[in-house]
Amino acid sequence: MKKISVPGSTVQQFLKNRLAVAGGVLVVGMLVVAVLGPLVYPPDPTAIDVKNILNGPSLSHPLGTDELGRDVLARMIGGAWISLLVGFVAVGIATVIGVVMGSIAGYFGRIVDTVIMRAVDIMLAVPTIFLILAIVTILKPSIWIIMAVIGFTTWMEPTRLVRAEFMALKEREFVVAERALGASDMRIIFRHILPNGISPIYVSATLGIGAAILVESGLSFLGLGIQPPTPSWGSLLASGRENIEIAWWLSVFPGLAILVTVLGYNLLGEGIRDALDPRIRGMNG
Amino acid sequence: MARYITKRLLLIIPILFGITLLNFGIMHLAPGGPAEAQMDFSAKASAEARQRLRKLYGADQPFHKQYITWLKKFLTLDFGEAFADGRKVKDKILESLPITLKINILALTLIFLIAIPIGVLSATHQYSLIDRFVTVFVFVGFATPSFWLALLLIYVFGVQLGMLPISGIQSLDVSAFTPWQRFMDQAEHFILPVFVSAFGGLAGISRYMRNNMLEVLRQDYIRTARAKGLPEVMVFYKHALRNALMPVITIIGFAIPGLIGGSVILETVFGIPGMGRLFFEAALQRDYNVVMGILAPGAVLTMLGNLLADIGYAFADPRVRLGQE
Repeated sequence: MKKISVPGSTVQQFLKNRLAVAGGVLVVGMLVVAVLGPLVYPPDPTAIDVKNILNGPSLSHPLGTDELGRDVLARMIGGAWISLLVGFVAVGIATVIGVVMGSIAGYFGRIVDTVIMRAVDIMLAVPTIFLILAIVTILKPSIWIIMAVIGFTTWMEPTRLVRAEFMALKEREFVVAERALGASDMRIIFRHILPNGISPIYVSATLGIGAAILVESGLSFLGLGIQPPTPSWGSLLASGRENIEIAWWLSVFPGLAILVTVLGYNLLGEGIRDALDPRIRGMNG
Repeated sequence: MARYITKRLLLIIPILFGITLLNFGIMHLAPGGPAEAQMDFSAKASAEARQRLRKLYGADQPFHKQYITWLKKFLTLDFGEAFADGRKVKDKILESLPITLKINILALTLIFLIAIPIGVLSATHQYSLIDRFVTVFVFVGFATPSFWLALLLIYVFGVQLGMLPISGIQSLDVSAFTPWQRFMDQAEHFILPVFVSAFGGLAGISRYMRNNMLEVLRQDYIRTARAKGLPEVMVFYKHALRNALMPVITIIGFAIPGLIGGSVILETVFGIPGMGRLFFEAALQRDYNVVMGILAPGAVLTMLGNLLADIGYAFADPRVRLGQE
C-alpha cells in the first residue's frame, strides 16, 4: 500500500484527484469573480433604485433586485470580495496564534503545555458562535471586528495540530543533533521543527477559510456581521428571508454562492491532505 | 472505572473556572464595563436603575473583587435579571432550554439512525456508485449553510406547497386540540427544524463512519476472520461494525457544541422560542445578564456531553480506562 515518495509526487498526487482539482477550480474561479467581477459587471452594488424594488431576474438585472432596488448580482460580486477577505484574514490570525501557541506548548512541554492546552479546552467548551455573538454584542460589529473575532475564536485546532507535530519531531535525531551543537530554542523551533511540521497547517488553513466564510455569512444573516450598505452574502439572505414569499431569487443565489465557495475550499483542503499523507495515497487515486 | 470518572470530573473544575473568567473578561471588554455599556443602549434607564446596575456589578470596585462577587452569585445560579423585561435570567433559561434540548436530541437520533448505515454502506461498497454519491453528498452537506437550507425548505414546503408550518412550535389554536392533534401539531412544527439541525451532522458522521469502517477492514483480525472462512456478511456486521462503531461514541461529544451553537441561527430562522433564540435576542439588545447567563451553562452542557462520550468510550474500550490508571 505504501508508495515511495519521489520529488514532485505530492503535486502529481493532487492533480490525479479529480475532486481536489475541482475544488481548486472553484477557489480560483471565486477569486477571479471577487477581483475582476466589478470590472466585467460594473453596476454599483450600493445604488438604490426605488422604482425597481424586488424585481425578478431580467436582462437589466440578471439575478434580480433587492428590497431597495439594488442589483443582486453586483451585491453578490461585492459579497464575494468581502467573504474572501474575511476568510483569509480570520484564518491568518488563527493560524499565526495556533503556530505560536502550538510550537511553545509542544516544544517546551510541562507547565507551559498544560496551561496552553487548558486554554484550548476552555475555548472548545464554549460553542464558538455563542462566544462570537457575546463579543460582537459588546464591540460594535464591523468587518475588522468580525475578522478578529473569528480569528481569535478558531485558533484551537491549528494549535493542537502544531503541538502534535512538535511532540513527534522534538526527539528526532536531527533536532537532538542541532541541540547538541548548541542551537538556541528559537532556532530549533523556527528553522528546524516548524518547516518539517507545517504541512497539517496547510490543510487546516484551507478548511478554515471555508468555515470562516460560513461563520461570517451566518453572523451577517443574523444582522450581527457585515453591516449595510457593505454587501455580503449573509445579509442578502437575511433580506431573502424577509421577502421569502415574493422574492425567491434573494434566497437562492447568495446561498448558492456560499455553498460553492465553501465547497471549493473544503475539496481543496481534503485534496491537499490526501496528497500530503502517503498512507492514504492510492485510496482516492 | 470509578477512578477514571473521578479524574475526568476533577479536570472539569479548572476548565469551568476558566470559562467564568473568560465570560467576565468579555463583559469587561466594553468600555466602562457592562453597567456603562448597558446605559448607552438603553437611554430610558433612570438614575436609580443605573445605581442598581453599578451595585450589581460593583463597578466601583477593582477587577478581581468584582470578579469574586460576580462568581459567588454565579455559583448560586443567580444570573441577575434580564434588562429587557426585568425577569430572572434563570427562569428565562429554564423555560427555553427544554425546547432546544428536545430539538437537538431528536436531531442527534436522526443523525445516528441515518449516518451510520450510510457510512457502513459506502465503506463496504467502496468506489461504488453509492460510495461516490455519498462522498458528493458529504461535501455538499458540509458546505451548505444551515440557514440557507432552512430558507429553501421554508420556501418549498411552507410557501409553495403549504404542507408545513414555517415558524414557531405550535399552532395558535392549540388549546382546542385533542392530545393526539396536539402531538401531530408539534411534530409538524418540528420536522423542518430537526431535519435542518441534523443535516450538517449527517455529513460529518457518515464520513467518519465510512473512514472508521475502512480502517477496521484493513486490520489483521478481519483478515483472520476471512481466512477462517466466515461469510462476508458476518465479517462486516459482526467483527468490523462493532469496532468501527466505538469511536463514533466520542463524536457525540464533539457534535454537541455544534448543535447548540447551530440552534442560535436555526431557532431564529424558524421562530422557535429556545435557548439559541433567547441568546440571539439578548445579544441584539446587549442584554449582558442573559448573554452571560447562557454562556456558562452552555459550556457546562458541552463538557457534560464530552464527559458522557468519554465515559461511554471507556466502557466500550478497556484500553482507554486502563491506560489512564
